[in-house]
Amino acid sequence: MSQIDSKPRVALFVTCLVDLFRPSVGFAAIKLMEDAGCVVEVPEAQVCCGQPAYNSGDRNDTAAIAKQVIEVFEDYDYVVAPSGSCGGMIKDHYPALFAAEPDWQRRAEDLSGRMHELTSFLVDVLKIQSVQTAPQDVKITYHDSCSGLRELGVKAQPRALLESVQGLELVEMQTPETCCGFGGTFCVKYGEISTDIVSRKTADINATGADLLLAGDMGCLLNMAGKLKREGSPVQVRHVAEVLAGMTDLPAIGESSLGESK
Amino acid sequence: MSMQITAQNFEANAAKALKDPNLRKAMQIIGGPMASRRVETARELPEFEALRDEGVKIKNHVLKHIDLYLEKFEQQLTARGGKLHWCRTPREARETILALCRSRNAKLVTKGKSMVTEEIGLNAFLEEHGITPVETDLGEYIIQLAHEPPSHIIGPALHKTREQVAELFEDHHPDYELPNMPGVKAGPRSTEPQVLVTEARQVLRDRYFQADVGITGANFLIAETGATVIVTNEGNGDLTQSLPKMHIAVSSIEKVIPNLEDLSTILRILARSATGQEMSCYTTLSCGPKRPEDKDGPEEFHVVLLDNGRSEMLGTALEPLLRCIRCGACMNNCPVYHSVGGHAYGWVYPGPIGAALDPHMIGLETARHLPNASTFCGKCEEVCPMRIPLPDVMRWWREQAHEKQITPPLQRWGIEAWAFAAKHPWLYRLGAGIAIGLLNMLGKDKGRLASLPLAGGWTDGRDFPAPQSASTFMSQYKSKQGAAR
Repeated sequence: MSQIDSKPRVALFVTCLVDLFRPSVGFAAIKLMEDAGCVVEVPEAQVCCGQPAYNSGDRNDTAAIAKQVIEVFEDYDYVVAPSGSCGGMIKDHYPALFAAEPDWQRRAEDLSGRMHELTSFLVDVLKIQSVQTAPQDVKITYHDSCSGLRELGVKAQPRALLESVQGLELVEMQTPETCCGFGGTFCVKYGEISTDIVSRKTADINATGADLLLAGDMGCLLNMAGKLKREGSPVQVRHVAEVLAGMTDLPAIGESSLGESK
Repeated sequence: MSMQITAQNFEANAAKALKDPNLRKAMQIIGGPMASRRVETARELPEFEALRDEGVKIKNHVLKHIDLYLEKFEQQLTARGGKLHWCRTPREARETILALCRSRNAKLVTKGKSMVTEEIGLNAFLEEHGITPVETDLGEYIIQLAHEPPSHIIGPALHKTREQVAELFEDHHPDYELPNMPGVKAGPRSTEPQVLVTEARQVLRDRYFQADVGITGANFLIAETGATVIVTNEGNGDLTQSLPKMHIAVSSIEKVIPNLEDLSTILRILARSATGQEMSCYTTLSCGPKRPEDKDGPEEFHVVLLDNGRSEMLGTALEPLLRCIRCGACMNNCPVYHSVGGHAYGWVYPGPIGAALDPHMIGLETARHLPNASTFCGKCEEVCPMRIPLPDVMRWWREQAHEKQITPPLQRWGIEAWAFAAKHPWLYRLGAGIAIGLLNMLGKDKGRLASLPLAGGWTDGRDFPAPQSASTFMSQYKSKQGAAR
């Protein structure tokens, strides 16, 4: 493995939703990993992990997209995504795509071994116990996104890092592990059901009395923020990386720089 | 002939369910106490996870050698005076059962709870042929009165409220007299569960004695002893199978397990996964007809064994579904099931197991919505005592639908167009840049959009958060890198 000054060379897998909807999460992820002593690069040729095609039953396109991803990220010590969903796709599902192509399967398995979700990378791989962030006096609640939780075992890691931020108070929901109803294309294909599921989630969120909802996946965050805003809830919504990196100067998800009634 | 299929109308069924206040009340119980009781009882048993692994091993082993175990089961059953009837199709099963009932001149049959008899549409068939089936499981009895199919595999009437049950009893038991008050008609019913249960017991008590044949299901078939096993909480199954002259157990091939040792392993995870009980109240083994020295029991004991496409599942992506022990944990923990209930799925098996199994049983074209109507949250697989990879099976069905072009054209083209872009990064960047610029402009003032063309599924119930800025991360990163150089 190539290492510059013995610093691990890490590629950021930006993810589509961060790329499109919340660039600040990408910059927050870079800051967190650089603070932790990594050299972070963002390969320009990256696109999507292929999950929309995979979960729509389009296996051929998924495999084609996966091959691109495998090639783009071949030379890095680690590949890190600010998402358990895209991370889980690459880490958990890629190798199975190439049962009939042993060479690609080997390369997929190699990538799988280097692939990590952001908070899991910081805590489990880099053994970071705390982040260097100014105190933030906020009551937060944390939603465990399904793929991160069940495919990658992300549960304690974000909480451990959040605990290191002075002033943050974590109030758990009744069911932090229950799906928010996003489900990729599900949220549009079965919009009514999706809305019903997220309304149970927002009831749980509101009941915590938290000021700020955090999670590690943009899909869930857009969904929950969209519902909270529609309900007129004062709860703000951010990706966990923004808070850990202390990059909360930009408006919260679904809010405007022109001011928001809080 | 079998249960009326409405799976093709899943979207309409779901929309209706979402507006049904009684259903919504009932679903709170399933999502709340029922799901959390499972967690508690599982936690109290340190070896719970190891037992799950053991259960998976037992079932996988059986499925590899299912022919041998079924033959052994038949041998043992025959040796004890029972008779096995192999039935390839629902029709064969119905005809077999009807012939058996006729051989006893049966007018009335009592029934214990059995999903396989729902699968073959037995009740309607018997009625058509002049035989009255009476369900004796309280939940099944309630939905029989209401002329509805079960909405949950272990709690068939979970969607019914107490008030609805009281009303059904008033309508269907006009002659019911209050306990210990002969001649006094019950009149308007109390909605107290205890009172309602007493009434059902009283009414059903007579039926047990009047029945010519008792039909039950079987949770397990023990190859070693030829016994069938039922697991109940009401004791109704025992009365159903031991009082009439003939007992017919209706089951399916994947229910066979090697021996009693294996039974005890699986029983320890079954009730915990299902209702959160350590054990169900009654676990009853039927070991053949009454022997000369027995005081009671049926004179004849028949096992009707249904295949209905199950043997075709062996060796395919669907094989893991044959491990299912019908505990219902997947539906108790499914966010989609919590929203729409069981009837929306439109066939016998609802929830995640139905979404994975029904397309095989009733056809993918008919059931195409079911494997799609999942968020892939993975909770079903997490709680399944048999560790069935339900999301993987649902995804497999999506692949079949994509290949066979069963997926609606608009959805398919959408995904293919998107995939084309994803395979051509420059095109993707171009499209993304334009879309993001546009969305950002539209949502700038509020940071969100209240409606969005082609995304009504989202914006009917939620706002759509606008992109943070007019440019993507990639372009911002590039200009930062350029500036730094």
